[in-house]
Amino acid sequence: MTAALDPIRAARVPLTGAKLVIGVIALVILAGIAGGVGFLVVSGALDGHWYDLRDLGIPIAHLRGWLDEQNKAQPAQLHDLLGDHWISYLTTALIGAIGILSFVGGVLLVLIWVERRLIGRIQVRRGPNRVGPYGLLQPVADAIKLIQKEVLIPNGADRFLFFLPPILVFIPGLLVWGPVPWAPNMNYLDLNVGVLYLIAISSLATIAIFIAGWSSNNHYALLGAMRTVAMMISYEIPLSMALVAVVLMTGSMQLSQIVQWQADHNVWLGALMPLALFTFFFSSTAELNRTPNDIAEAESEIVAGFRTEYFGMKFGLFYAVELGNAVAVGAFVTAFFLGGWSLFGLEQWIPPYLIFAVKVSSVYFVLVWLRGTLPRFRLDQLMAFAWKYLIPINLANTVLVAIEVTAFNHSSLPGVVSLGAIGVVNLVFTVWVARRWARFLGYRPETEHVLHPSLQTQVGGLRAAERLRASS
Amino acid sequence: MTTASEPYVLNIGPQHPSTHGVFRLRVVMDGERIQDIDMVVGYLHRSMEKLAEERTYTQNIPFTDRTDYLAAMSNNLGYCLAVERLADVEVPERASYLRVIFAELQRLASHSMANGTFINDAGAWQTPLMYMFREREKILDLFEMTCGARLTTNYMRIGGVAFDPPPEFYPAIESLIDEMPTRIAEYTELLVDNEILIARARGIGVLTAAEAINGSITGPMLRASGVPWDLRKAEPYCAYDQFDFEIPVGHTGDCYDRFMVRLEEMRQSVRIIRQALDGLPSGPHKTEIPLALRPAPGEAYARVEGPRGELGFYVVSDGGPAPARFHIRAPSLINLSLLRQMAVGAALPDAIVTLGSTDIVVGEIDR
Repeated sequence: MTAALDPIRAARVPLTGAKLVIGVIALVILAGIAGGVGFLVVSGALDGHWYDLRDLGIPIAHLRGWLDEQNKAQPAQLHDLLGDHWISYLTTALIGAIGILSFVGGVLLVLIWVERRLIGRIQVRRGPNRVGPYGLLQPVADAIKLIQKEVLIPNGADRFLFFLPPILVFIPGLLVWGPVPWAPNMNYLDLNVGVLYLIAISSLATIAIFIAGWSSNNHYALLGAMRTVAMMISYEIPLSMALVAVVLMTGSMQLSQIVQWQADHNVWLGALMPLALFTFFFSSTAELNRTPNDIAEAESEIVAGFRTEYFGMKFGLFYAVELGNAVAVGAFVTAFFLGGWSLFGLEQWIPPYLIFAVKVSSVYFVLVWLRGTLPRFRLDQLMAFAWKYLIPINLANTVLVAIEVTAFNHSSLPGVVSLGAIGVVNLVFTVWVARRWARFLGYRPETEHVLHPSLQTQVGGLRAAERLRASS
Repeated sequence: MTTASEPYVLNIGPQHPSTHGVFRLRVVMDGERIQDIDMVVGYLHRSMEKLAEERTYTQNIPFTDRTDYLAAMSNNLGYCLAVERLADVEVPERASYLRVIFAELQRLASHSMANGTFINDAGAWQTPLMYMFREREKILDLFEMTCGARLTTNYMRIGGVAFDPPPEFYPAIESLIDEMPTRIAEYTELLVDNEILIARARGIGVLTAAEAINGSITGPMLRASGVPWDLRKAEPYCAYDQFDFEIPVGHTGDCYDRFMVRLEEMRQSVRIIRQALDGLPSGPHKTEIPLALRPAPGEAYARVEGPRGELGFYVVSDGGPAPARFHIRAPSLINLSLLRQMAVGAALPDAIVTLGSTDIVVGEIDR
């Protein structure tokens, strides 16, 4: 094969001196950071208790103690008005919020690059590789470009409502990160109704998207908004049902407790309840507008859906929130179904937040993979899938899980045996009900599936066509 | 419960990701249902048929590249066949074989593009398209090797082809057609059994055989509707009567059948190229003709099986160096004309998939 026939090889840029120098400097800096952190860990800095990020809790506890002392020094009226610990609550809340903000922001910058590179590799091309080493600075360059863009408002758009949605989607996009259980005792918002909180927060974005579609004064945007609202409302139900199964099994709505239950029983809920895992994951892709459920911004149909008229940083906010939500879905799939920070006892040796991060990245990778592979459903097919398929079989699943939990709580068998039995029963049930219900709804793969074209050697017109039709 | 609704007009195009060019669909919709479609063409009109009357026969060949820019070779070929028929020019056998090879390579490239964009319209975010672009790229490299251009090749000449392929062409094309069946198998694996694609394309945009014939539909669309009609068999030109190949014929005439017919035609094209390469005779690649060809007054019509259907060229001579009248039967335009029939009553995404499956090239529609 000649060089001209291999475009990838031909396009490979030779390594120039300048690039080499930049690469070496970057490596040295990275090595320095890693070495410094390693030194801190090894030398037992920070009271000699430094083990991992969790132990940041030690200085934070000191800080809280000090803050509480400051609290006592406040006038009594303030105590009566705001409670005993308001300074420490306020401070920790601020620290946590800033932590989440910076984490989400940082993760987004990396993940934009990761997603584009992965998609590039899936699509036999290279992905961004020009700005910075390996194109790592591409998201920064994109952000700068987006910020520089002129702010235009389409003629006839509702100015106030048009400005609102990017901000409105950003708020739930951040709030949703609250209850994520990073590691034992490493939650920002360990609510005892965490699951309810999640369901409530995740439906907030619907309103913002509807406002965006309406205020743009554009048919594509309106169509996209209608599609989004219809889809999000429909998929809230199976999503909640999958979570009901989780709550039934673990007996708690608190995310830390759900993860703790999985750690205690050395089992992943996803393995125990594959149907709930599938339902949650699929419904999440619908909520996220990601392939195969990206009908809300179906590029080939309605251009960009509800955000057709948004560009510049307003578009950037939508884009960032969507990506951030994808990672958040990864976090919740991990927490609910993949054992969270636990890894069969290995969390004693590996920092749990690292385990968590790896699991989240894996789920995110699956999302990107799907995006790079699958075509898209049609709106009515998606709605039918939610209402006719997912909801009935998940109702049945909920009943089954409830029976199982009762039996589990009353049985004297060892946990391994009963949980194993539950897992097998659920797997068999999932496969059985998925096939039966599809049949019941009229799905007949053997008649509807691939009909390869017949190969003819004789040409002919309408009569030949009729003959062929009769013979096939 | 029904709620009151009223139809509204949605302009799809001239700038839209799925119109594959500057072409506009004025869609009257009720919710997501399509009530009426009005096709607005002409944004790319360059008046080629009139311009051709001012230029000599040879000077017109580059115009034909620019009608269907995804199938330049087939367009060159059709035009040259028409002028050869008009002026009674003999074509050497080697030239005929080379024409077949390049026309079939062009069909491979065009069908890759058609299937890729079709899947893209069905919502697979660029991946199948990029896969098929990879093979198309290699075919365009072959074109570049032979005639220096990738897209607007201007390769066929009246009386033969412009250049003999260079020596490095043969190993490259050998490796390409050895690789092609595995690539097509790869597409098959990725797409053919895909539940989502079947759900999106089966039973969508159905044309029966009678409707297709009445609408003068040709090419893969006609074959997908179940009519075994292929000009390469029905009225062999160049050297097609010497090759062994089959016509894939669909069963129902829906979008999925069109996709499958194109995929199968790619396999058949590889077969034809293989046979043509094995039997490639030696000899001149071109007959010398006068620079300003002046055919005797008369008219000629030649048609070839282009990737999109029957590609016809009608040339009238008044004895001068330029055609007195020049007309192109553009399959894209005629295949598009039944879109209204196929898409009215369907949902918007179905109409987009149907439009993708008709495989239009706007340069050819508007000329």
